Amino acid sequence: MNNNNGANKSFIDRLKEIAAGFGLARSIILIFLVFLVVLALFLKLPMDQILSSVLARFGMNGILVLAMIPTIQSGTGPNFGLPLGISCGLIAAVLSIELDMRGFEAFLFAVGLGAVLGGVSGYLYGLLLNKVKGQEMTVGTYFGFSTVSLMCIFWFLAPFKSPEMIWPYGGNGLRVTIALQDRFDKVLDNFLSFSVLGVKVPTGLLLFFGLFCLLVWLFMRSKTGVALSTVGANPRFAESCGLSVDRYRIIGSVVSQALAAIGIVVYAQTFGFIQLYMAPLFMAFFAVASILIGGATLKRATIWNAIIGCFLFQSILVVSMPVANVIVADNLAEVVRIIISNGIILYALTRREIGGDVR
Amino acid sequence: MKGNTQKSFEPVWFLKKNAVPVFFLILCIIGGYYSGLSLPFLLNEIITRIGRNSILVISLIIPILAGMGLNFGIVLGAMAGQFAYIATTNWQMSGLNGLLVTLVLSIPMAILFGWLTGLLFNRAKGKEMITGIILGFFANGVYQLICLYFMGNLIPIRVKSMLLSTGIGLRNTIDIKSMHYALDNLWKIKIKIPGFIFPIAIPVVTLLLIAAVCLLIRFIVKTKLGQEFRAVGQDRHIAEVAGIQVDKVRGLAVIFSTVLAAIGQVVFLQNLGNINTYGSHVQVGTFAVAAILIGGASVRKATIGQALLGTLLFHTLFIVSPLAGKNLIGDAMIGEYFRVFVTYGVIGVALALHAWQSLQEKKRAFNAT
Amino acid sequence: MSRPRLEMKNISKEYFGNQVLKSVNLTVGDGEIHALVGENGAGKSTLMNILFGMPVIHNTGGFNGTVLVDGRPVQINSPEQAMSEGIGMVHQEFMLLPGFTVTENIKLNREITKENWASKIFGKKLESLDFIRMREDARKAIKRMDLDLDEMLPVAGLPVSFMQFVEIARELDKDNLKLLVLDEPTAVLTESEADTLMSVMKKLAKEQGISILFITHRLDEVIEVADNITVLRDGEVVAELAAKDASVELLAELMVGRKVQIRPKSHKASSATEVAMTIENLYVDMPGERVRGLSLEVMKGEILGIGGLAGHGKIGVANGIMGLYPARGRVEVKGYGEIKLNSPISALKSGMAFVSEDRRGTGLLLDESIELNIAVQAMQSQNKFLTKGLVKIMDRKSIREHANKMIKELDIRCVGPHQLVRRLSGGNQQKVCIARALTLEPSILFVSEPTRGIDVGAKKIVLDLLVELNQKLGMTIIMTSSELGELRSVCDRIAIIYQGRLEGVLPVDASDKEFGLLMAGELSHHRKEAS
Repeated sequence: MNNNNGANKSFIDRLKEIAAGFGLARSIILIFLVFLVVLALFLKLPMDQILSSVLARFGMNGILVLAMIPTIQSGTGPNFGLPLGISCGLIAAVLSIELDMRGFEAFLFAVGLGAVLGGVSGYLYGLLLNKVKGQEMTVGTYFGFSTVSLMCIFWFLAPFKSPEMIWPYGGNGLRVTIALQDRFDKVLDNFLSFSVLGVKVPTGLLLFFGLFCLLVWLFMRSKTGVALSTVGANPRFAESCGLSVDRYRIIGSVVSQALAAIGIVVYAQTFGFIQLYMAPLFMAFFAVASILIGGATLKRATIWNAIIGCFLFQSILVVSMPVANVIVADNLAEVVRIIISNGIILYALTRREIGGDVR
Repeated sequence: MKGNTQKSFEPVWFLKKNAVPVFFLILCIIGGYYSGLSLPFLLNEIITRIGRNSILVISLIIPILAGMGLNFGIVLGAMAGQFAYIATTNWQMSGLNGLLVTLVLSIPMAILFGWLTGLLFNRAKGKEMITGIILGFFANGVYQLICLYFMGNLIPIRVKSMLLSTGIGLRNTIDIKSMHYALDNLWKIKIKIPGFIFPIAIPVVTLLLIAAVCLLIRFIVKTKLGQEFRAVGQDRHIAEVAGIQVDKVRGLAVIFSTVLAAIGQVVFLQNLGNINTYGSHVQVGTFAVAAILIGGASVRKATIGQALLGTLLFHTLFIVSPLAGKNLIGDAMIGEYFRVFVTYGVIGVALALHAWQSLQEKKRAFNAT
Repeated sequence: MSRPRLEMKNISKEYFGNQVLKSVNLTVGDGEIHALVGENGAGKSTLMNILFGMPVIHNTGGFNGTVLVDGRPVQINSPEQAMSEGIGMVHQEFMLLPGFTVTENIKLNREITKENWASKIFGKKLESLDFIRMREDARKAIKRMDLDLDEMLPVAGLPVSFMQFVEIARELDKDNLKLLVLDEPTAVLTESEADTLMSVMKKLAKEQGISILFITHRLDEVIEVADNITVLRDGEVVAELAAKDASVELLAELMVGRKVQIRPKSHKASSATEVAMTIENLYVDMPGERVRGLSLEVMKGEILGIGGLAGHGKIGVANGIMGLYPARGRVEVKGYGEIKLNSPISALKSGMAFVSEDRRGTGLLLDESIELNIAVQAMQSQNKFLTKGLVKIMDRKSIREHANKMIKELDIRCVGPHQLVRRLSGGNQQKVCIARALTLEPSILFVSEPTRGIDVGAKKIVLDLLVELNQKLGMTIIMTSSELGELRSVCDRIAIIYQGRLEGVLPVDASDKEFGLLMAGELSHHRKEAS
């Protein structure tokens, strides 16, 4: 048993180990972020506003990123079909307005119903994924796109009556954006929130995200969660343990889409608007990029990957916008978001995994 | 053991084998009927769209042949074409001259982009399609970066009307009126139909160009390189054992596809007459892929006929859906959304079918030992 | 007197310290059909890889010895070089492209081309294919085998035997072919297809002077078609004989017999009166190792060995009973009644555990810790290692404690229970697998190929461990192995499987000849003849 190694390693070696463990991509992202922050300080940008924004965006996107974990761990890869669960959450949110609910009641109803709908949709999605093993990402992407466009037809034809949601001067279907000011706008954010040094801390939001981190953590450590991770790690081994590979892949999909539904309701309440029609089209990619930035691979993802990744990704977006506005011109944030998020996914797709075969 | 005798033509077998294009043909006919458009108008539109979109769809054939599936990365080829236009417009070139220079200019850029794409695909074997999709988004980001912040800045632009009011960044629309129809108008045959105002116009040179590209593809497939494409497309391992340089062959297939896509985009834009700087190229991959799939191609097999047929069907659907939606349900938007749904849905179904079939094959091979 | 077509002299090869071939000599004359036989792991593939210049040889330190073709020493460092020396090889897995025609496969990467306008500008790659000349060549090659086969047929629709012929045609098409190596050509053929192949082989050898080196497990074919036979065992040549001097039993005996110290058993042979498990008419569909109606009784507290030649089904038995491959039949376990087949969970809940032969594939989670590997199976099938209370999550503390206990008891060399299993040596990985099985507290333990891929020192440790488990805990152990010597050193009795059925059960001190007979299925043959 070589226990001495720890003491004997030089500082440089340990640094190298930490860097290697942290990953090349993440290191680059981190350095870039630090660079931006330094620049922001230099340009005397309102750091309190920036920090408030970071906290808010971190909380509002967190659960969407958590949704990646069950599918990655169960071997179906990052959930590019996230728009399915998102659509379920949107239906629930819209329904809460139609039923004239307000405040926390509306929010919890949307979350609850969304989770149920998301779970059911996840089950069906899981059945599909089991038939297309090996191409889950590609099929999921276009399944997600198809879902969004199908939902467009639904939003257009659905017989909702609530005046806040339909066009004021006639015309078919729901509006593209529905304001939540009178409904459940920022119910979490404002819950127990406080300000310190000008930075607004959305306590309720962060607590809610924290709660779900805990729930997902507990789930992944339960007998079912361990089974799920085993199935993703080595399906043959899992079979020899008496586990049904197909069953746990479906469970992963169910949990993932349920989280997606909850996630979009949280997102909407912070944002203050429900965005319908083509809005969810690319949401999956940002969540995938976030968890990959956090250190996950296409086959393994942990809660910490989700938390760190979401934080890093949102920070870069928030900080880069004002910095870019001053230095270059506006609109850069959008471009940066596209380049970084897709760049990181590209990196994950094309790196050689250790021990994996490059077929 | 000798070969089969010719099967007699069986309608049921024919329908089953060509289910997809037949289904979409019926959809087009229904849509055409409800759209209320006159036949000559429809024909004109169809001919125009075939003329401007075919080469983009044909560019997908070689990578399918070489086993890399649907090359969503042709977006990069389209970008090469657009960069070429930006250059020639900046140099204030016009007419056929300008068009030819644009074509020639787009090729080296397309080769570079195709080479890079090929490198990525070779590192992501088995995941080429998702890599192509993501690469398309990524490249679009880089493209936007260049067009928004480097044009007028690091890259000097003489023609001020191309730039935004700040002087940095290209405008949303770039006018290429000087080269509008440069190819189409070279020789147009007009067929007058009694009772209708507009004759049916056939852009002969464009169609000849398309025919030339088709012949080129047929030619390549029958060369040694074509044989290598086909071998690699069937089984990379066996091809490698036989001594074929698999990575190189795959790279060449992608380069070829990207170059054709660049040419295709140049032809496309000369017909439109203007470039939507931040949008013209974005859907190129999705539309071309949907078109070839509607024509009956699959992730592993595609013919020139399927590419052309698919272009015809897809773009007909494009034209008739909004109007049919308006007439049937009362809103053009339904038709729009339906069209988008069909586009994505067709691709999704084709991908799912391909994945499922591959699984079945693996199972069969495994059990045969 | 001319020099023989092929001479391989004093060929030795080691892989990472493991001596895989030891001074092997092989000679093949002009127009001779030479058979090379030996068990899996005997070194046949390695020898062929050396002959064919495969990269795996050169990437692992090359080899010692010389190869001579027609008396001339040659340096073969790549498959291309082997081909230029006139050596052609038909591999075990078909190297045919199903979407290509027979002609295109025969000419793969050696197509005949013509110049055209494009090739003048862009180079040779764009030369047009000359299908007419290619078809001619293909027809010629097929004719040499005296077969009726349309060279324009797509390979995909051909019956398996014809695919084999297309592969041979491809080699024949190479003008300079002098020596043709056939690696298990009849493995997937029916008897009559194999007969056709053998007559083709004879034709090529006797009428056209092509030397054939023929690797196979089917001993009766060897007797029928070969001129001379070389038997490999554990990397050494144990016999070289003319086919007319050989018999199937002799060959089987030579393949598996081994000088082995039969360790004196310190415990008396198990008072095997109680039956622990009854297997009736078991059929298992495991590709390559099919079981076709096996009936066997396992006694409580014994170490039962299961042996037999590769491909005859011994590996399929445990895999089938444990539910990893489709199975049917009847298996009854004392205390649990008839157990459900095709259900790993049923097997696990019936007091059985399995250490698979596929250690790295089915047996381990390579990128997880030792402790998790040991605990997961028991957690999922027996609800062990979970916290008590409302919310049941995995109990890290008990997992670690248990892992530490196992590491100590089985002497698993590692940095700690958290270390990734991938980093362990083969022997220690095997111990982790055994630990995992033991954690289930089974009454019956299946172990397949316990020492495969493990270095010599660790082999003994693993075997000793199994004996200890049996003696101390009275555990019934069913051990499947290709190494008869290993079985004889550890087991109480050994069952021999032939063609998916039980051929017979022998005590460990039975003679090599008796084992050879059973493995060659002589009993079945005699029974067939007698009826």
